[in-house]
Amino acid sequence: MSSTTNDSAARPNIGAVEARSTAALTEARISVRNLDFYYAANKALKSIDVDFPDRQVTGMIGPSGCGKSTLLRVLNRMYDLYPGQRATGEVLLDGTNIIAPGIDLNQLRSRIGMVFQKPTPFPMSIYENIAFGVNLHERLSKSQMDERVEWSLTRAALWEEVKDRLTTSAMGLSGGQQQRLCIARTIAVRPEVILFDEPTSALDPISTLKIEELIDELKRDFTIVIVTHNMQQAARCADQVAFFYLGELVEVGTATQMFTSPRERRTQEYITGRFG
Amino acid sequence: MPETAEHIVKSYDNELKRLSALITSMGGMVESQVAMACAAVLDRDSEAAHRAVEADAKVDGLEREVEQFVIRLLALRQPMAQDLRLIFASLKMTGDLERIGDYAANVAKRSLVLAQFSVPYTLSGLAHMSRLVQENLKLIIDAIGEKDSEKALQVWRSDAAIDEIYDALFRELITYMMEDPRNITPCTHLLFIAKNLERIGDHATNIAELVYYAERGEPLSDIRPKSDSSYSAVARPKRDE
Amino acid sequence: MSATTSEGEMAGPKRDPQVADMLSRRRQRSNWIVKALCILATTIGLAFLALILVTLFWLGFGGLQWTVFTEATKPPGSHGGLINAIVGSLIQTAIGTAVGTPIGIMVGVYLAEYSLGTRLGNAVRFVSDVLLSAPSILIGLFIYQVLVNPFDGFSGIAGGLALAVIVIPIVVRTTEDMLRLIPVALREAAVALGAPKWKSIVLVCLRAALDGIATGVLLAVARIAGETAPLLFTSLGNLNWSLSLAQPMSSLPVTIYQYAGSAFEDWVQLAWVGALLITLGVLALNIVARVLLRPRA
Repeated sequence: MSSTTNDSAARPNIGAVEARSTAALTEARISVRNLDFYYAANKALKSIDVDFPDRQVTGMIGPSGCGKSTLLRVLNRMYDLYPGQRATGEVLLDGTNIIAPGIDLNQLRSRIGMVFQKPTPFPMSIYENIAFGVNLHERLSKSQMDERVEWSLTRAALWEEVKDRLTTSAMGLSGGQQQRLCIARTIAVRPEVILFDEPTSALDPISTLKIEELIDELKRDFTIVIVTHNMQQAARCADQVAFFYLGELVEVGTATQMFTSPRERRTQEYITGRFG
Repeated sequence: MPETAEHIVKSYDNELKRLSALITSMGGMVESQVAMACAAVLDRDSEAAHRAVEADAKVDGLEREVEQFVIRLLALRQPMAQDLRLIFASLKMTGDLERIGDYAANVAKRSLVLAQFSVPYTLSGLAHMSRLVQENLKLIIDAIGEKDSEKALQVWRSDAAIDEIYDALFRELITYMMEDPRNITPCTHLLFIAKNLERIGDHATNIAELVYYAERGEPLSDIRPKSDSSYSAVARPKRDE
Repeated sequence: MSATTSEGEMAGPKRDPQVADMLSRRRQRSNWIVKALCILATTIGLAFLALILVTLFWLGFGGLQWTVFTEATKPPGSHGGLINAIVGSLIQTAIGTAVGTPIGIMVGVYLAEYSLGTRLGNAVRFVSDVLLSAPSILIGLFIYQVLVNPFDGFSGIAGGLALAVIVIPIVVRTTEDMLRLIPVALREAAVALGAPKWKSIVLVCLRAALDGIATGVLLAVARIAGETAPLLFTSLGNLNWSLSLAQPMSSLPVTIYQYAGSAFEDWVQLAWVGALLITLGVLALNIVARVLLRPRA
């Protein structure tokens, strides 16, 4: 984003850009193996095999109802909230199958955080919004909590905007700010993976870019999976892109490969706007 | 290439068709320009030479039109995958075609000078080279229109033959010049003409690579069939760039 | 083909402007008739309401004196007040609210959060709805049979509990409705942070639904403040000053019921004052509820 090109400080930046466009994907943080998912009798995901590379962004694209959000909700077992939904196969996080019975869901969800389509601030103050998640898993002193709140808000690029009104209601923030608060709340728990479910579909273009910049920033420390309807967004954010159609994973590859030379005809037709 | 489905937005399809039409008509124009330039040299047809030179302005105009159209498409349609490759390739092709036009014009101009000399030897080598170059050019322009990566591959492979002839021609012309210093002027012009034709062949190869990439989505190998070794022969010719 | 030439030609079927005009006129006519009927009906309804209020204010304010709030009910002709009835009403309403609200909220939470698709949930919801529309005299009879008859005595506590039974279904209904209005995403957001279900309900959902539930409770209070029938069988009424929950207890509605039909002019007057007090109280509660429910800007 530097405007001066011969500025030596801009050099590492250029290197980083090259890294994203050409570097190979990192080792898998989460591996999905032969995953089937059912809504009651309706099979919504069909033998999915995909790896989510460590500290990189995986974008999942595809038409509505293709199963991309379903897969996201398998990763943090959100589907457990609803009777009748079940998954078979393996989802390996550090070698543990997280969809097996006997997994501590609350602990799992502290390792795999999630940000939703619409901003979901809790009806409490900005500070309490962040403390809520932290208190579920840790016992912190007041000063430690203050530190954690500042840290997470800073990481979410929100600190400067809200530091003077931490005790006011989170409902008073703008949509984009609310979404960044939700991101701060998620990273405050210090997860390893963050799932984004169409995080900008309710936001204006500028707020959208801020979130995208944030995602780019966060991937240094977190493995990120993002579901999006916005192809350009997947192109802008993702290192790896997976295309789903009718519950199947049609194609997965680096963003560059997927958006310049997709191998599968269905991928090609979808991303060039020839579908249907 | 199998028939691809149409875009959901029809006007996008129409715009891509228009882009292809622009490139094809530019290709046709350049093709005939090269034909005229070759005729001007081989048949001493000064009429053709003038027409080849005049055609250059039109080709340049078309190039600008394509550039503006491509900028518009990129900004408004945000193309992806094969559309992106097609648009990107078109932009680069228009540059190659424009260069070919320039070389043709240069050949035509030299033919006018050459016409003032009596050339005491046969031009059959040059005739052969110009035939090959024109064949390649025709083939690649067909490949653009038909989006035919096989034809593109064929052009890409046959460029080696042109380079070989150029090599031979280079040695031959040097020999003439060594035999008789009076040959130096016409032979130098002939040398440049040959070099221009060789360059036209190179640009046709570039276009072949672009057609192939636009269609297949993977670049043709970087190792080009380059067998021009004239740079190491006898003397160092000045590069006409 | 087209009668109009000035507009741009659009492909597709043409429409006949004459038919369109005719239909438009007919629509406007029926619109006018329906509107007039609606205004008429509203006027009739409001007129009766205004009549009631005017009568109430006229007669109620006429008898409003300081002694109403200082004296207990006394025999006719001795300038009695309503203080025992007012305090009795407050106590019984408070008991009814204090007992009914927590039960109602918990049942509401069960219905909204835990009973999803279960038979028990549907049964509870059905019973609660029946209770919501049950005649209040039945509730009075129920408490009479359960608490008054076996223990051989009318009491303030029995009155309060009868009112609690009325409060429960109202709070159940509002709690469930309000919790259902909470977006699924908010629940999921709490769960996604690793919160166990009860924490997400108590700390997030109930908190978000608080305004709505508070409104429901206030409306329930307003409803029981004016209830007469269940109290007749339970707290009975007491002409003397008494704060004992084990004794019969006076209340405004019952006092109104007893005084309004009496032959003594000052008793009738006091009944009007009592009616005015209840009306003003309920009105105030409704206004507060409405302000609470107003979405925050």
